[in-house]
Amino acid sequence: MNPADERKLLLTRRHFFGSAGAGIGTAALASLLGQDAKASGGLTGFPNFAPKAKRVIYLFQHGAPSQLDLFDYKPNLQKVRGAELPESVRMGQRLTGMTAYQAKFPTAPSLFKFEQQGQSGAWLSELLPHTSKIADQICVIRSMQTEAINHDPAVTFFQTGFQIAGRPSIGAWISYGLGSESQDLPAFVVMVSQGSGNTQALADRQWGSGFLPTKYQAVKFRSGADPVLYLSNPSGYSDAARRHFLDDLAKLNDLKLKDYQDPEIATRISQYEMAYKMQSSVPELADVSKEPESTFEMYGPDSRKPGTYAANCILARRLAERGVRFIQLFHRGWDQHNNLPKEIRGQCRETDQPSAALIQDLKQRGMLDDTLVVWGGEFGRTVYSQGVLTEDNYGRDHHPRCFSLWMAGGGIKGGVTHGETDEFSYNIVKDPVEVYDLHATILHCLGVDHTKLTFKFQGRHFRLTDVHGKVVREVLA
Amino acid sequence: MIKAFYQTVAAGLTVFGSLGAQSAKVDFTRDIQPILAKSCYGCHGPKLQMGGLRLDAKKLALAGGQSGKAIEPLKAANSTLYIRVAGIGDQARMPMGGKPLDPAQVKLLKAWIDEGAEWPEATGAEITEIKKHWAYIPPKRPALPAVANSRWISNPIDTFILARLEKEGIAPSPEADRTTLLRRVSLDLIGLPPSIEEVDAFLKDKSKNAYEKQVDRLLASPHYGERWGRHWLDAARYADSDGYEKDKMRQVWAYRDWVIKAFNRDLPFSQFVIDQIAGDLLPNATQDQLVATGFLRNSMINEEGGVDPEQFRMEAMFDRIDAIGKGVLGVTIQCAQCHNHKFDPLTQEEYYKIFAFLNNSHEADIAVYTPDEQMKRAEVFRRIREVEADVQHRNPDWQDRMTAWETKVKSGQAAWTVVKPEVDDISTGGQKYLPLKDGSFLAQGYAPTKHRVKMTVKTDVQNITAFQLELLNDPNLPLGGPGRSTKGTGALTEFEVESAPVDDPAKITKIKFARATADINLPETPLEPMFDDKSKKRRVTGPIEFAIDGKDETAWGIDAGPGLRNQPRKAVFTAAEPIANPKGTVLTFYLKQNHGGWNSDDNQNNNLGRIRLSITAAANAEADPLPKNVREILSIPADQRSPAQTATVFTYWRTTGPEWKDANATIAELWKQHPEGAAQLVLQAREESRETHILTRGDFLKPTKQVNAGVPAFLNPLPADAPPTRLTFARWLVARDAPTTARALVNRTWQTYFGTGLVSTVEDLGKQSETPSHPELLDWLAVEVMDRGWSMKALHRLIVTSATYKESSRMTPEMYTRDPYNRLLARGPRFRVDAEIVRDIALSASGLLNPKIGGPSVFPPAPEFLFLPPASYGPKVWNTAKNEDRFRRALYTFRYRSIPYPMLQVFDAPNGDISCVRRSRSNTPLQALTTLNEPLFLESARALAMRTLQEGGKTDAQRINYAVRRCMSRNPTEQETAELTRLLEKETKHFGDDGAKPWELATTDPTQPPVLPKGATPAQLAGWTAVSRVLLNLDETITKE
Repeated sequence: MNPADERKLLLTRRHFFGSAGAGIGTAALASLLGQDAKASGGLTGFPNFAPKAKRVIYLFQHGAPSQLDLFDYKPNLQKVRGAELPESVRMGQRLTGMTAYQAKFPTAPSLFKFEQQGQSGAWLSELLPHTSKIADQICVIRSMQTEAINHDPAVTFFQTGFQIAGRPSIGAWISYGLGSESQDLPAFVVMVSQGSGNTQALADRQWGSGFLPTKYQAVKFRSGADPVLYLSNPSGYSDAARRHFLDDLAKLNDLKLKDYQDPEIATRISQYEMAYKMQSSVPELADVSKEPESTFEMYGPDSRKPGTYAANCILARRLAERGVRFIQLFHRGWDQHNNLPKEIRGQCRETDQPSAALIQDLKQRGMLDDTLVVWGGEFGRTVYSQGVLTEDNYGRDHHPRCFSLWMAGGGIKGGVTHGETDEFSYNIVKDPVEVYDLHATILHCLGVDHTKLTFKFQGRHFRLTDVHGKVVREVLA
Repeated sequence: MIKAFYQTVAAGLTVFGSLGAQSAKVDFTRDIQPILAKSCYGCHGPKLQMGGLRLDAKKLALAGGQSGKAIEPLKAANSTLYIRVAGIGDQARMPMGGKPLDPAQVKLLKAWIDEGAEWPEATGAEITEIKKHWAYIPPKRPALPAVANSRWISNPIDTFILARLEKEGIAPSPEADRTTLLRRVSLDLIGLPPSIEEVDAFLKDKSKNAYEKQVDRLLASPHYGERWGRHWLDAARYADSDGYEKDKMRQVWAYRDWVIKAFNRDLPFSQFVIDQIAGDLLPNATQDQLVATGFLRNSMINEEGGVDPEQFRMEAMFDRIDAIGKGVLGVTIQCAQCHNHKFDPLTQEEYYKIFAFLNNSHEADIAVYTPDEQMKRAEVFRRIREVEADVQHRNPDWQDRMTAWETKVKSGQAAWTVVKPEVDDISTGGQKYLPLKDGSFLAQGYAPTKHRVKMTVKTDVQNITAFQLELLNDPNLPLGGPGRSTKGTGALTEFEVESAPVDDPAKITKIKFARATADINLPETPLEPMFDDKSKKRRVTGPIEFAIDGKDETAWGIDAGPGLRNQPRKAVFTAAEPIANPKGTVLTFYLKQNHGGWNSDDNQNNNLGRIRLSITAAANAEADPLPKNVREILSIPADQRSPAQTATVFTYWRTTGPEWKDANATIAELWKQHPEGAAQLVLQAREESRETHILTRGDFLKPTKQVNAGVPAFLNPLPADAPPTRLTFARWLVARDAPTTARALVNRTWQTYFGTGLVSTVEDLGKQSETPSHPELLDWLAVEVMDRGWSMKALHRLIVTSATYKESSRMTPEMYTRDPYNRLLARGPRFRVDAEIVRDIALSASGLLNPKIGGPSVFPPAPEFLFLPPASYGPKVWNTAKNEDRFRRALYTFRYRSIPYPMLQVFDAPNGDISCVRRSRSNTPLQALTTLNEPLFLESARALAMRTLQEGGKTDAQRINYAVRRCMSRNPTEQETAELTRLLEKETKHFGDDGAKPWELATTDPTQPPVLPKGATPAQLAGWTAVSRVLLNLDETITKE
């Protein structure tokens, strides 16, 4: 898009927040341009069809959780424990540099017990007692695959549909296409929490806007006094003083607007007004002190500690309630190359209960029907042990050829297990789902045809799914 | 397999087709042309020729496109036209994104081709060539158009602008008032607002060329290079860290400073490009020219554990081509990394031909020195030469004595057999040991701070008496190695060898060493803080004995200090008993390298960088004390040596003479004064060239056809007989007949001044680009800049002295409706300044700005949590500047790619992951929060308040006038003065109330309040702080008007 179009977008779509508040600027702007300042943002013609979901909560499990120990039940592996992974399965596939030269590839069955859960009878690991309780609400996809084998490119691929940095993230695409429903919060919010397991890097660009205008990038929220950077006024400022200050500022800006008639000044006035609103709305959002005791009980003990995954899950629900379009949590620490049994227990302790609680909480509030929840990492892990396989210990290297994730809520059929892998959870034997397909499906749930959400850059119409992607109809409600 | 598959299918269809063929022949005009017209012409017709294919013209259709022939008469099965519309094979079915042809139509097309693809001459025969896209024809200077209002014209730019305006029936705006104009041109040329004194001087200057004098002053300012250099740094994707996972710090500020200097000395743009692409290949390349190649090295580097370094070298190559495409050519070329370009006539093969030009370089890292340091070095070298000359002077027979010494040391060298062991990759801690042809291993990729590499080899050598470990230089190591630490040094904690008979490999013996020798044995020295491993143990480096003492805390160290440390080294380990196994021996070497720091994700490794192992059966073998280069010179007959070579031998020889102890000590002291210098990533040509292959879908694991260096056919040709080097490529980019380079340059420059380029898609002048708003002006400027020797300053002067540039930016609703994006330029540019300048304006208005130019990047205040997990991968260094560095211009702010500096990010500064030639210009509430509350903006408001009280005049009205002028250059209007006075009085009163805490607002640290000007109260200062904060947050303050 050229800057002219970009500006038009800014002027006509009241982007970033839905309908603008009634600041001086907005009024001036509306009168100057004769436009309806109440438009809710998003591209004309979007959504393309009636959406099932209005918003997305994406619980990114960063570092790549092991499908073999959580979702992809392989009872027969016990019989070949320690045996070399057959070459007929591996077929010379690329390995990461960490195990490419390993002399042996001993098969490592999961140490954890699996049981069938709910009416659907989905097989889930004992590591997920709480997720087990929502088995009938979630759809487990066991046949995800990716092209990337290292963390950063793989996360980039999940976030942007391309392994090399530079394209817009999924949340940026969605806020560009659909705008925001919130009056005083951004359309795309990201929160990051630290797990106890082995951690990998996570760069800011993973929720960037790529070649889309920068206003579509996520706003990162964190725990503490300033959930959004520079939200707090300098000390010595009372609330009333803050209001007066902004009024004075607006008056002076308005004098300039009258003189120069540049609509950009009007926009700036209204953005200061928005900033003012955020100074109330964000702390209000982050303040969970008024949540009933039952909330914390549901989300588990960690949920009282700001900055934890559990606490972020509560915030995710509060953001969803306030109309934020795309909420993305990253929980780090799933990179279990070594000491998998110990580390994965920790990771599950941190995430299982809050993730399940979020589903239940949304359900009890009647929001699960129009909130799409996605839980998953950037690739899977190998069936063979990285390092030495012992009685009670093993590690698993990166495995892009198959892995599991789950979806729930708006537009998704609960109680479904989709796709199948071979006996070694090494290759997919049925219904492979590519990252592009997942993206197409998420967009579909939001009422967006993934081939229509495009942006012209460098002479080409780009889209999240590039030239790929098919909606996974089997998982749709 | 897929190909075989569709051939079979196609063959099957052929059989079927011939069986079912109708007797009536297919007629092109009746049967085929309507199909093509309906389904194909949209993309392969008069308007577009995607993939270079045009199907409405006989000659062109039969000639085919970039993918080869589309129609093979008589052979539908071989014709891509048929294959693609039938959806056979693995490529997307045509029409792409459209409704597939119905089976009857496909059948008709097939039958037509099989019958010979007869195409009547009358249909489409007149079109015989694809019209070249305007941007691919070299620009010619167009004639100036006629205009009515010629009095308005200042220079030819205005003629083109006015001609269009007159055509549209719009009058240009009047000239902006002088103050506005000076602020505009200052922000544009140096990125800083004018001072009050500069404004006053300009207002007073009644001479005719008063404005031109200001332009000259600004173009001569060293800040000009900062402003326009920063602009180029976007295209050069400059950042101070590696990107990707670890995002380690890197030292590349020398490149940033080179860019600034290049602008300041008005290096012609053509040379600017040549230096950056191939400075190292120029004859007698200077340090500056080497540093310039940092442009290509600004790609990200992934040292995530488990990566294949080659994959990320390929991605860096793609990134380099992308940067050249956006920044120099103005043509989108990276699409062709995976497939033929769909819109522009660039094939995948041509993409890899460009790739081949760039594929033959070391990813080198060199030491660089500032001008002061260079003088210091010259001084050190001069004084060393003096001491040496003095030794020679006092010993007139030195040459004879040296010759005698030579004869003595020439003989008696043990013969070494290089072994090429297998590396046990589990033992490497994730580091890659890349085997090189000479039997050495180059350490690459992830750099663990502690590991013990295991290497095994079988040998037939009998009676092995000793093992030699060579540490070698390599351009790909930091500062050329031989180590991998940021200084190019390393440490060997322990060297161990095991042996076993080949016929009984389980019978392992640990070799006992009788002694160890090395060509460098430094005194015991504690490790530097950068290698702190948090063990609290005293860890040291020292002589070679430390490598066989069985202690983890001691290591053989090779850091001989600045100027001396990056040399090859060797050590020899003598076995207590010779090793003899009649059937051969399995040797296992363990090189323990545990002297790095605690964090492998930071630059804390202390590993060996390039190593080679060899063995000998010679008795009494020991490490050759002569340095490698001296040993090499000795093999040259004395009378054939250059004076420099003789001097090198002398320099070593004199160290062996006890009688020159004092001279040697003096020289050692002099070396300590040698500056440390800085590092810089550069390119260095490889002696041996790499093969370049087309990569299927850009995947480095799927190389196909080999290609040679070359350029796309649609651009200017290479000179005949030009060698296939980067230098040839660089010169080609800026050749006079390069159709897009000059246009891209002037277009990008225009964008910076007016907000939008003459072609708004500045990164792409290709077929999908927007039609230029003023095509003749674009060409005129392109020719003009070349005619003026590619002088950037000449281009700037031309633009800023045009009447177009000087127009007032005031708007009316009518004007806005008529031309909302100001493409016709009936008014001057008005928009918010770039991120860096937003900060610089606040610092400048407040008087805090530190105008120092260049040097290492700085760390202004930033939220601490950003540099700790979970916000960052590992803890990152951010030592917030407490001194003047806090107030440096924003372009010097340290740029971590993974953690963009918040203030710059929020105002749309790119983070350097990829080349960017067009920034967004957003207007968001987060920006408001930043200028309201970010610490440096608050500090600026406080400083402006203090300065206003101190220097702003005697009355509040005078002070308001002063503060307004510091922010916006102009005087306030009466209404503004009234508003501000009211605000000041209200706030001062408020902060004067009982219980109010004026210092909380008026100073950063209320426990240490500043000294107030005489007669001023804290409440007053707080009141002024509130006023200043308003002023710094005004739209106009951060807008170029």
